[in-house]
Amino acid sequence: MGDESTYLAAGEIAAAVRGGERSAVEVVEEHLAVIAGREPEVHAFNAVGDAQARMAAELIDRRVAAGEDPGPLAGVPVALKDNLCTAGVPTTCSSRILEGWLPPYDATVVTRLGLAGAIAMGKTNLDEFAMGSSTENSAFGPTRNPHDLTRVPGGSSGGSAAAVAAGFAPLALGSDTGGSIRQPAALCGVVGVKPTYGRVSRYGLIAFASSLDQIGPLAPTVADAALLLEVIAGHDPLDSTSIPEPSPSLVAGLDAGVEGLRIGVVAELMGEGVAPDVRRRVEAAAEVLAGAGAKVEEAEVPAVAYGLSAYYLIAPAEASSNLARYDGVRYGLRVDAPTTATMNVATRTAGFGAEVKRRIMLGTYALSAGYYDAYYGKAQQVRTLIVRDFAAAYESFDLLVSPTSPTTAFPLGAKAADPLTMYLSDVCTIPSNLAGDPAVSVPFGVGDDGLPVGVQILAPALAEATMLQAAAVLEDAMAGEAGTP
Amino acid sequence: MTEWETVVGLEVHCELATATKLFCACRNAFGDEPNTNICPVCLGLPGSLPVLNRGAVELAMRLGLALGCTVEPSLFHRKNYFYPDMPKDYQVSQYDQPINVDGVLELADGTRVGIERAHLEEDTGKSTHVGGGGRIHEADHSLVDYNRAGVPLVEVVSRPDLRSAEAARAYVNELRAVLVATGASDARMEEGSMRVDANISVRPVDFSTLGTRCEVKNLNSTRSLGRAIDYEARRQIALLEAGEQVTQQTRHWDEADGRTHPLRSKEEAYDYRYFPEPDLVPLVPGDAWRTSVAESLPPLPAPRRRRLAEATGSATAAVAVVVERGLDDLVLAALAAGGDAQRLVVHAEHDLAGGVGALTTDAFAALTRMEADGALTATQAKAVLAELVANGGDPAAVAAALGYEAMAGDALAVAVDDAIAANPDAWARYLAGDTKVSGFFVGQVMRATKGQADGRVVTALLGQRADAGG
Repeated sequence: MGDESTYLAAGEIAAAVRGGERSAVEVVEEHLAVIAGREPEVHAFNAVGDAQARMAAELIDRRVAAGEDPGPLAGVPVALKDNLCTAGVPTTCSSRILEGWLPPYDATVVTRLGLAGAIAMGKTNLDEFAMGSSTENSAFGPTRNPHDLTRVPGGSSGGSAAAVAAGFAPLALGSDTGGSIRQPAALCGVVGVKPTYGRVSRYGLIAFASSLDQIGPLAPTVADAALLLEVIAGHDPLDSTSIPEPSPSLVAGLDAGVEGLRIGVVAELMGEGVAPDVRRRVEAAAEVLAGAGAKVEEAEVPAVAYGLSAYYLIAPAEASSNLARYDGVRYGLRVDAPTTATMNVATRTAGFGAEVKRRIMLGTYALSAGYYDAYYGKAQQVRTLIVRDFAAAYESFDLLVSPTSPTTAFPLGAKAADPLTMYLSDVCTIPSNLAGDPAVSVPFGVGDDGLPVGVQILAPALAEATMLQAAAVLEDAMAGEAGTP
Repeated sequence: MTEWETVVGLEVHCELATATKLFCACRNAFGDEPNTNICPVCLGLPGSLPVLNRGAVELAMRLGLALGCTVEPSLFHRKNYFYPDMPKDYQVSQYDQPINVDGVLELADGTRVGIERAHLEEDTGKSTHVGGGGRIHEADHSLVDYNRAGVPLVEVVSRPDLRSAEAARAYVNELRAVLVATGASDARMEEGSMRVDANISVRPVDFSTLGTRCEVKNLNSTRSLGRAIDYEARRQIALLEAGEQVTQQTRHWDEADGRTHPLRSKEEAYDYRYFPEPDLVPLVPGDAWRTSVAESLPPLPAPRRRRLAEATGSATAAVAVVVERGLDDLVLAALAAGGDAQRLVVHAEHDLAGGVGALTTDAFAALTRMEADGALTATQAKAVLAELVANGGDPAAVAAALGYEAMAGDALAVAVDDAIAANPDAWARYLAGDTKVSGFFVGQVMRATKGQADGRVVTALLGQRADAGG
């Protein structure tokens, strides 16, 4: 899937560019060549910013030539999920409703990438407004899994996961509201991290569900994901929910291992609904961790069983409000009609896809007078229970382990007709969003169909460093094995 | 026939006088070029997030504490409804956990009106409907100015403790005084920085349960407020007396035809789908902050009125005017400097509406003392005061310059005796009990003294002469 040099880890690219051994322009050209080769069949991008990327690379090279250090991601191409605002560059959320809109500002993560010397390669496809698990709910057509073009890449950050898996960019940013980084990472065989809620600024991330959304990295290796997370994390005064902590040190201690750690396998996420081959890979991962010196046992987090139900009330409720602003008045699509109200309706009818409309209706209903207590209110109580149960589990365990996705990548169209089946794709990932805790999906071999399986490692709030150390142990264990995609 | 009582509760929106908006750094200013004080946050652009303005919280706390409210840990909610002048199609407001609860506003006449809450929220943009007489339904098109979007508001919600249009107007005036005194708002109804909605119901006077209320909007002045309450009370009473029911609804005051018109009924009311705003964290002002705000509060109108009334023994109405003009400190200082209490209040109430100018405390005190000693008549004192305000100086010197010779008691007595001697017939009538003649004598003495005599002193002297046996 591309020549050797393309697969240089991001950290190595940055080191080479900073040292003047490679030019950023050359790095960008190599990736553009890979994109030119496979993008037509994968469709990871809504837009490839080739001209901007070349110019940005040239600037990096000039700075290196002038003796400056452009930063820890010097010359490293990064693909951006198309719900991250980029000044003057279309940002669509893969929706018709944002047609023609140019953000006047950069998301905080985009600013931080620029300050670190990274090169924005383009905007990646997603399920419209990040609502979906297959990237089929895009107004601009589905993204395909680079490992098998008949399969979905997962979603909603399917474009970002596919871009990394196909070698279009060594790094990508996604957003994760219920698993939207981790599930596509698992299905595409890359590393995906959902940081602690508040670790990464949401300023400039177009909201789906504000209390759950979190931006995070997708990368071919744990170290690259850690490097990218270090760059984007840390307090941002523009986001009131941003944790007032500096960016954590993650790369430096990555090889610390898991000796002496207590790791629990979440019983509730290993049962019915999880494909046997996926379950076996998780069990194999548990053995590897035990072999590396961790104390591995079964863990119980009872309330996660209700996570999916709670999530599909809370997330749509917030979405129904967050998406109200797309009314045709100020920007984006407008379908004219005689009155303001009918114009609002015509615009939203034409501009939103079926899944977005479904969730707006679900959320509107859940917040309605007379139903609020039974739906939204009850879901918030469940959320509290999930937080409590995780807190209890973390009294006995340092980390938890589960599948990321119950299955490997499924065929395009397989679940598109049945929303409920599709929603079940996120059953293992949703609890971390509800709890606000971090989790990572790390590739751990393949299933019976030869497609990647991701193992999820969950950690208490702010414990990303320990979490990634465990992920690195699994990654190391797979490194020697043949047949790894 | 039933005797009816009008019951009114007011919801007053006050724009806080912060430098910047509630959730972004845009200027909070009235009258700027449309859509110049805007940014991604107050335009609600995709991806933007609110950050709470500490200054707005502080002003809200100042107002709350001035109204005797308890400052509570609070939460912001989203109030969801579609309207073109609301950029996010939801308003960030406080719902079941407002920052200020349970206060009281004491009116000038001593009436105490309960304050249910005073919560923080963001303002919307301002729509202008072009064509069709400015009403949205007939307009050709509408323009929206988002300069106002995101301006911090406090909504002060009173309990239904007001019983008349006059009381409602007094409440608004008093609230305005508190807003201005605390620096929370410039409280200008004409600029829309203070906006009043009235909940109005009627009930038989001896009932304690509340009647069905109507909320009346579009009240752009205290005059409109008073007219609308009177109209609405009459309308509701007429309905009830005709055996009909009052329908709970929102009504629009039409200043031109002097009536209220239905906007929407309870059944048509919006379902705002309030839920906690996930982009903001709970607002929990620390004790230290709260205490420092409380300690920095200026003296407020009600205690200032009490203080002035106690010090001067003046009537409620006069005291209210003096405090409203902000002249109470001057009066109290002049009183301490030996001024005459009654006369200080009278001048502050009637003669200093245009400000104190160059008048000093000592001059004010000395002026009233001269007046009390009979050295100046009330009319002269007024003229001297005007000169003191315009150019300053010492009242005795000013009086001399104006030709108000200090009229010694003896000189006045001589003038009175001269007048009696010159008008024996009139004096005989006076002695016979025709006291109306005293006015004639006062006039004679005034003419003789070129207006420098004090009419009251002349009257007193006439009485003394009569008692002495003519």
